Amino acid sequence: MSLVSEGADFQESLAGTRLAEPSLATVGDYVALMKPRVMSLVVFTALVGLAVAPGSLHPLTGFTALLCIAVGAGAAGALNMWYDADVDAVMTRTARRPVPMGRVRPGEALAFGLTLGSFAVVVFGLLVNWLAAGLLAFTIFFYIVVYTVWLKRSTPQNIVIGGAAGAFPPMIGWAAATGSVSLEPVLLFLIILFWTPPHFWALALYRTEDYARAGVPMLPVVAGDTSTRRQILLYTLILVPLGITPWLFGYTGALYGTTAVVAGAAMVALGWQVLRERRPAERASRNLFAFSILYLFLLFAVLLVERGWGGLIARLAA
Amino acid sequence: MSEQRDDEGIVLTEAQKRARRSRSVAIALALAALVILFYVMTLVKGPGVLIRPI
Repeated sequence: MSLVSEGADFQESLAGTRLAEPSLATVGDYVALMKPRVMSLVVFTALVGLAVAPGSLHPLTGFTALLCIAVGAGAAGALNMWYDADVDAVMTRTARRPVPMGRVRPGEALAFGLTLGSFAVVVFGLLVNWLAAGLLAFTIFFYIVVYTVWLKRSTPQNIVIGGAAGAFPPMIGWAAATGSVSLEPVLLFLIILFWTPPHFWALALYRTEDYARAGVPMLPVVAGDTSTRRQILLYTLILVPLGITPWLFGYTGALYGTTAVVAGAAMVALGWQVLRERRPAERASRNLFAFSILYLFLLFAVLLVERGWGGLIARLAA
Repeated sequence: MSEQRDDEGIVLTEAQKRARRSRSVAIALALAALVILFYVMTLVKGPGVLIRPI
């Protein structure tokens, strides 16, 4: 099928001739709309924010908070897939998502996302607290309107600013537990914020053609390969000291401090390898992308074990 | 959608009926879970559930 006829099919679909057909979307398609892998990272970081927060919280209230955050993240994923269906359709990594595959219609994804998001925020507010619910609502708004609709297609700084959406969950978890926000969750927010650029730019380095074909101005597409590699190392050099600050500020113990220093050194070493690598080689970029996930997981897991685990057990026992 | 309307207009295929049924079951389960969640959380919070600072 030629590009012209594919375009004509898409226009026909937009004109509504296909909208009259009953949907074939399954429950699995709707689950895929919620980006379950992203959701799991969101829930994990929110759990850490919730667990390290001071004070007492009934376990069921904590469960409700995490459920609302998970559903809110799912809503954001569905709305992102609704808006980005055209971009997803031409990128290898995303072409098999439910909307570009035609299994879920754009209108269905939009309605699903709006319904889930509304339920998540209102239930969060009614059953936990309105500050956390407000932060969740702002996060969904930021991810969809600021990142997806505005920044993603207009600036190579898209994920630098848009990364804030992914950085909010620990702060929301903290707000759910305490009804307030203080310096410690802000530090966790900053760690994820500065982790996002090296993580996504490492991916973009070996997916540059994909992003260029889709017209998404990721840094390697706009500024080039060499500049991106420099920026990756620069952001890594900001990230690593930030990762150590919870220990320097006395919020954590030696285990976290050691983990942050050792894993941070590995991040810098991988960032340096990325800087020295030249296309078409992509091994260093792939290594950094993979290790960056482990890095963030390690920091938050150790934080959970060291600070949050005792708190969680105490809350369950209370 | 009633059988009569199906006869007049769109007739669902077996695959479409299966997909619709699975979606309906999922919605029913989600609503039931929401009812249980509100019930249990009301017990947890006690009579002060509606008295809260905004």
